[in-house]
Amino acid sequence: MKILYFAWLREKVGVAEENLALPGEVRTVQDLIDWLKLKSPGHDAAFGNARLIRCAVDQDFATVDSRIEGAKEVAFFPPVTGG
Amino acid sequence: MKLRRILVQAQDFEPGAELALLGNEETGGIASFIGIVRAAQADARRVVALTLEHYPGMTEKALDRMAAEAESRWELTGCTVIHRIGRLLPGDNIVFVAASSPHREAALQATAFLIDWLKTSAPFWKVEEFETGEREWVTARALDEAVAMAWNT
Repeated sequence: MKILYFAWLREKVGVAEENLALPGEVRTVQDLIDWLKLKSPGHDAAFGNARLIRCAVDQDFATVDSRIEGAKEVAFFPPVTGG
Repeated sequence: MKLRRILVQAQDFEPGAELALLGNEETGGIASFIGIVRAAQADARRVVALTLEHYPGMTEKALDRMAAEAESRWELTGCTVIHRIGRLLPGDNIVFVAASSPHREAALQATAFLIDWLKTSAPFWKVEEFETGEREWVTARALDEAVAMAWNT
């Protein structure tokens, strides 16, 4: 699955995207966050404050409860600040 | 024939040319909003540049959905949303939204809706550079969220 990071999440993780084979027990966005946090200190720091994390599954805004089975890409980013 | 023009681009836009595209025999009026990069911040620091990044693919989808929502709420003959990305300087254009309609109320309301929703529902992020050399990601304002939510009540 393709995992994308934007804005300061990308800077903390250290990469813009990564392709990862997820273990079967990772079924929701929250499962994915919990799993990613173990990958590196950068990942752990990026996901440190859950209140500041937004996500999208296959380019639609999602929540931590959203299912990700079968998804092509999941993106993590801070609250948007366009306009 | 309805115009729906959605653009995400590094280059500047020409407001006059964009407005001209929205004028036609069925249109009674055109309303528009232009966002400009502002140097002055609330805390008195001055911004020397800001850089916008976005989520290619999702951004266009989100803006298109937003335009479709405006078309479903108001009788529009056209709408345009242009958002710039990359590094911009104070005074530069950053965003353009416009709506045309047989009636002014619809054009004005749809324009306000488009810019309010854009702020909270399209995946753009800004990082600011200050004259002190500091660099900071802009944080979302609760007020923007409240204003966008008000369109749903």
